[in-house]
Amino acid sequence: MINFLQNHIFYIGAFGLILIGLFIMISKRNLIKVIIGLSILETGVNLFIVSLGYLHKGTAPIFSKSGLDVQKMVDPVPQALVLTAIVIGLAVLALALSLTIRLYNHFGTLNLQKIKEQKW
Amino acid sequence: MRKFIGIILLFIIAWGICITLKEIPFGKQTTKIGKYYIEKGEEQTGASNIVTSVVVNYRGFDTLGEVTVLFLAAIGLGAVLATFQRKEKIKVEPSSLILNTGCRFLFPLILLFGSYIFIHGHLTPGGGFQGGAVIASAFVLVYLGCRGKRINETGSKIAESLGGLTFVILGLVGLAVGGQYFLLNFLPKGELNTLFSAGIIPIIYIAIGFKVGAELSGIIDQLMEES
Amino acid sequence: MIIIIGLLVLLMFVAAIAALIFKDLISAVIAACIVSLIAAILFYFLHAPDVAMAEASIGAALVTTVFIIAIKRTKRYEE
Repeated sequence: MINFLQNHIFYIGAFGLILIGLFIMISKRNLIKVIIGLSILETGVNLFIVSLGYLHKGTAPIFSKSGLDVQKMVDPVPQALVLTAIVIGLAVLALALSLTIRLYNHFGTLNLQKIKEQKW
Repeated sequence: MRKFIGIILLFIIAWGICITLKEIPFGKQTTKIGKYYIEKGEEQTGASNIVTSVVVNYRGFDTLGEVTVLFLAAIGLGAVLATFQRKEKIKVEPSSLILNTGCRFLFPLILLFGSYIFIHGHLTPGGGFQGGAVIASAFVLVYLGCRGKRINETGSKIAESLGGLTFVILGLVGLAVGGQYFLLNFLPKGELNTLFSAGIIPIIYIAIGFKVGAELSGIIDQLMEES
Repeated sequence: MIIIIGLLVLLMFVAAIAALIFKDLISAVIAACIVSLIAAILFYFLHAPDVAMAEASIGAALVTTVFIIAIKRTKRYEE
């Protein structure tokens, strides 16, 4: 049990976050709660991608001195991908919230059930 | 009813994930391309930080795409929020003396820290995006502390445009000099672990730092219009 | 070592479930900020300092600011 936990604790954390984020997006009716669920989902996915490149007893991929051990460095490619993904997540969230403000000024409510019933 | 269907759907997804997770090992091996970048990265680019050389030098075109997406999001936000009719302006009372002076004192120190992060992007962990975010949070501090002060719009537009133009022009100059590759690293590499090394990588990161800082503070400025 | 990481993952789950349950929207946003901060600590344990800096500065500071400004211009309580 401890061996299984030690090997897979990061995967369990990342997938738990993805499932909780999905549940918030499916079952909540307020629009801002749905966007909070989207933010938690993106954090979970980024955690999963970075934990794919881990090496047991490794070091960070930076050459602070000249002759460091090359065999023990952690994979740098997933870190470059996640750096891009975090910034783009912020851009998507800002645009979604500006559309939410516009929707509130037009309909007067943020409840998705009531917005669907109004139908222009 | 909706929650019930949601929970059943999540159980199906969780079961599918558990079946796949048994096949993925944790901490056993790296990919072949990762090994190639670590072994050859130091002598081919001259940067000490391998993640920086992957983001700017080996995959520089993807970074250009990301800068474009950020630019599009800022434009979209400005277009959606700009068509309000302005109601009467709410009178804002100025904040107290201690808060005002404290925020104005801290503002250049945080700017200095953000500039240090993106100038030394190829030697220590950091880079353009992290430094730009720190600069944007310096502007947020001034917005929250001293009420009524706003960013100079002309300066912000000039900084953002110059940053984007520098990136694209450096790529085109690389194409003209080298002959085959867009964004070729054509400046001399220098010696390892000094400030003036790694070719065009510090120049690109300075341009990205200016652009991202100006853009993020512009986003928050447009959201905070008192209307 | 494994105990510290296990406790941090448990705290992250508690904060994410709290973001589900709270009816005051500002409390839910602060719970999402706690999730982001603990993810930044976990990025440090995975030997990724660049990503940890990016997540801490962008995910925990700027996203929370943008959410709170948007909540100020709409309603505060979920109905």
